[in-house]
Order: sequence, then structure tokens, then C-alpha cells
Amino acid sequence: MKGLRNYLDKIKPNFEKGGKLEKFHSLFDAVETLLYVPDKVTTSGSHIRDAIDMKRTMIIVVMAMVPALLFGIWNAGNFHFQSLGILQEKTFWQVFGYGLLKVLPIIIVSYVTGLTIEIIFAQIRHHDVPEGFFVTGMLIPLVMPVDVPLWMVSVSTVFAVIIGVEVFGGAGMNILNPALTARAFLFFAYPSEMSGDKVWVAGLKGGEGIVDGFSGETIMGYAAGGKLEQMPYSVSDMFFGFIPGSIGETSTLAILIGAIILIYTGVGSWKIIASVFAGGAIMGLLLNLFAVNEYMALPFWQHLIIGGFAFGAVFMATDPVSAAQTEKGKWIYGFLIGFLAILIRVLNPAYPEGVMLAILLMNVFAPLIDHYVVEANIKKRLKRLKTLKA
Amino acid sequence: MSGKEPLLSPKNLRLLTDPLARNNPVTVLVLGICSALAVTVKLEPSIVMAISVIIVTAFSNLVISLMRNYIPPRIRIIVQLVVIAAMVIIVDQVLKAYAYNVSKQLSVFVGLIITNCIIMGRLEAFALGNKPWPAFLDGVGNGAGYGFILIVVAFFRELLGSGTLLGYPVLEKIGLYKTGYVNNGMMILPPMALITLGIIIWVQRSRNKDLIES
Repeated sequence: MKGLRNYLDKIKPNFEKGGKLEKFHSLFDAVETLLYVPDKVTTSGSHIRDAIDMKRTMIIVVMAMVPALLFGIWNAGNFHFQSLGILQEKTFWQVFGYGLLKVLPIIIVSYVTGLTIEIIFAQIRHHDVPEGFFVTGMLIPLVMPVDVPLWMVSVSTVFAVIIGVEVFGGAGMNILNPALTARAFLFFAYPSEMSGDKVWVAGLKGGEGIVDGFSGETIMGYAAGGKLEQMPYSVSDMFFGFIPGSIGETSTLAILIGAIILIYTGVGSWKIIASVFAGGAIMGLLLNLFAVNEYMALPFWQHLIIGGFAFGAVFMATDPVSAAQTEKGKWIYGFLIGFLAILIRVLNPAYPEGVMLAILLMNVFAPLIDHYVVEANIKKRLKRLKTLKA
Repeated sequence: MSGKEPLLSPKNLRLLTDPLARNNPVTVLVLGICSALAVTVKLEPSIVMAISVIIVTAFSNLVISLMRNYIPPRIRIIVQLVVIAAMVIIVDQVLKAYAYNVSKQLSVFVGLIITNCIIMGRLEAFALGNKPWPAFLDGVGNGAGYGFILIVVAFFRELLGSGTLLGYPVLEKIGLYKTGYVNNGMMILPPMALITLGIIIWVQRSRNKDLIES
């Protein structure tokens, strides 16, 4: 390791101002700070000074996603072999290995595409490669169906990074959550790869050797189709994640472990997570009260463990850039996400899952919420000032 | 008319070319966006729309400029509207007679040229204060500037969204579908027209730094 440090120190002057490779400073900086704790600290802006820098923060988020990722990898293999009817013959490692072969390429494509664009923009705009894509690059694979063509992952990542982030001025200035932008793009651009009952289980689209009666339909699909009673999954299946779905979204348990990591380290806002769940539960209760069909009568707490709800609440809604910034605003923002997600999910037949759209919508409204929270605070303090003077 | 000045003097020529880039009504003045979003799914209707708008802007500019000394200022807007409406109806009738299919595809949007802000804007800003020939050129220029953007947007939307150009299956002929390529369904939706337009504006402004507002 010492040798690497020495080597970096040796080539560093080339990348400094005036060096012959000055153009590539941002690239060098990205590699150096990834490998070693950087020696410079934030000097401008109203940041809290701390030993932790953006890269470490981002790595905590990525670590929090690991349980969901590992489960997703195993689950990909699990459902593939289930659909072929040979799950019993396979060992745990064969199942996991198959899943890894499916998921790893998606992760690699997402990171390579995203970082390439980030680096190009960093070169053009003469700034350092921002850290934001660490998290986005991992979130994108987790919200994809396992059988998604890799070039589509690449195209949607390009779209998310350029249209979702760079046009607004780069990481930290974006209005929308970039990972969800990628997913929304894929959802509207290539609906046949992102919906239906064939895409959620690896190999199902080819349709060879599939066991009779096996269905890759997600719970959302069963619910939207009005066939909830045919659904073969129990409540514990939903909670532990033995259900088809996007790679990282199925296991509520794994996501909750991630949530604990995020809340314990203070990286994710517990207020947002809690209020998303509260909003979802209240909308679910309301629907229960006025239930006219089976879906509306689905017990409200089950809404919280199916589809992408938990994943969205923990990893998407808490994105500090696109969420509301004020403390009171976070409650409102989170609550409305949960509320709208269940509303879209149950009452709009065109979109079986509403979490993505609800979060994107509230991303757009977050600055407005903040504005009114700040205004209300100013008003309150002005009033206090007046009563003090009087 | 000043008889000495040549018909296409440098000054007049600028009236024609300026709106194509530096003063483009769509990307710089951000006018006429609604129809740019609505008709650009396919290239053919966009071309027809572009030609229609060129004709309407050019001739209503010409007519208003001819009448500019007789229009009482207080009712000028309604006079302008009558002229535009007359032009639009003529264009609409011609389309119905000679290009019925395209006219059906464009549906209400030909009629809605009346509400296109570019036309009213040029009448107010240019035709009312200038002689007929420059006004006519200005109309052609602005219509062409609008049409140019329309055609660029439609080119990308049809190519990426439907895989065709003017109905000809380009991507199928070069065998792209065999490699697993799928048409991008989002290009057909209106938001992508807005985003494509945004990208054009972005490219234009990063090449032309003085267009960037402070």
C-alpha cells in the first residue's frame, strides 16, 4: 500500500496547476480520494465541518444497500430455478451464483456509463468528479427488473445523468432523484421491458422449460389485475422478500436493515422514512374504510411491505438533494409521498406501482414546501417580535 | 418603398437569416412552444406545419404592413387577428383540398396557428412599423426559424420514437432491430419534445455564450 501512496505522490505534481496533465486533474483527484482520505477539507458554504466527507457519506449509503442487494442477487437465482422447477436440486451457492451473473453486469454497466459521463462533464466544466454517482450507480440496478437488456440500463443512465443532473448544473443541483429518473425513463420508453408478468424473473421471457402454472406476476400485478385471491404468496413471503420484483425492492427485512444503518449513522433522515410509512398507512386505512373492491380492502399494513414502497421510502425519498431541506418540510414531504404512492397504486389502473411517480412528483414540490415552511417561520418570529415590542 | 435599395440588401438579408439562429423565435424568444410539442411526433406533419406557418407569418406581416398607416391603434389587435385568421383559413382549406391525410394528422393545430404567439409578436413588433418588403422577409425568416426547430425536433422524435423518417423504416432497413434495439416509446410522448427542445437550447447557448441571461 505504501508503494501506491508513493506512486500517487510522485505523479501528483503532473496534475496540479501548471503540470502537463492539468486537464486530467479531476480524474486524478477522483482516484486519489477514492483510495485515500483526502487532505483537503470543505472551505466554503454553510457545511458542518466534520471528519466525514462526501465520499464517506456516500459509502455508508452504499453499505446500507448491501443487504437488499445480496438478497436481490439470491432472489434472482431463486426465482429463475423455481420457474424451471429445479430449485431443490441447486445448492445455495449455485442459486446465488446465477443471480450474481445476472445482477453484476447491470451494476457494472450502470457505474461505467454514469461515471464516464460524470468524468466527461467534470473535464469540460473543470471541477472534481462529484461523489453523488456512487449511490446513484448502485440504486439504478436495484430498481431494475433482473432481465433488463444492458443497453437499456446504459441509455437510461445516460438520460438520468445528463437530463436529470448535469443540465441543472451537476450533482447537488438536481431537482429529481437521478436513480428514479433513470427508472422513470425506462418505464415510459420501454414499457414492455418494465411491466407485465414476464420481466421480473430471469429467463422467463425466453419461455423455455418453464414449469406449468408458474407465473412471474408480481404482487402489484396480481392486485392491479383484480386477482389477489390467486396470489400464491403469504404475508411472511412479502416481508422477507420471497416474491418477484425489481432486484433490490423485494425484501422489506433487508431494506429495514439498511434503514437502521442510515438512521443510526444519521445519513438518512428518519423523519422522512417514518412519515412516508405513516402517509402510506393512513391512505391505506382510508381506502380500507371506503373499500369497494378487494384491492381497496387489502389490509393497510400490507401495502407497506409489497412493491417498491419500503425501498422508495428508505433509499429514494431520503436522497438529501432532492428531498425537502427543512425539518418540518421533511414531515410534509414524506407524508405526501406515502399518501400519493398508495393512492396511485390502488386507484390508477395504468400504473400498478405508484411509489416512483409519487417520489418524483414530491421531488418537484420539495422546494415549494421548504419555501412555505421558511415563510411560516419568518411570520411566526415577526409576530413574536411585535408582541415583545408592544 | 425606397426604390434605390436592392431587394436583398445586407440589411434585408439579415431579417431573413437572423431568426434562423441568433433570434430564433422558438429557442431564444421561447414562443410557439405548444404547437412545437404537439405536431413533432412525425416529420411529415412538422414539415407541413412549418410551411404553413411560414406562409401565414409572411403574408400576414405583408398585409398588416400594407395597412399599417390606416389601422387605428386602439383596435389594431383585432385587425391583426382578422388578417391572421383569414390567412390560416386559406392555408387550412388548401391543406384539406390537396393534402387531406396530413391535414387530418395536424387536426386542430392548423387552426391553432392563429394563436401562435410568433405571428402576433412579429405583427406587433415589426410589421406595424416597417415597410411591406422588409416585413414580408421578416415573416418568412421567423416562420422559417420556427419551422427549422420543428423539423429538427421531429427528426429525432420520429427516428428514435418510431424508427422511421417520413414514414420510411430507416432503422429496419439498416438491420438495427436484429441487434435487440427497441424503439424508444418516450420519444412519442410530449415530454420528450420539451426535453429535445431543451437540449437544442442548451447546445445553442453553450456555443453562443452571449445568449445566456445573467
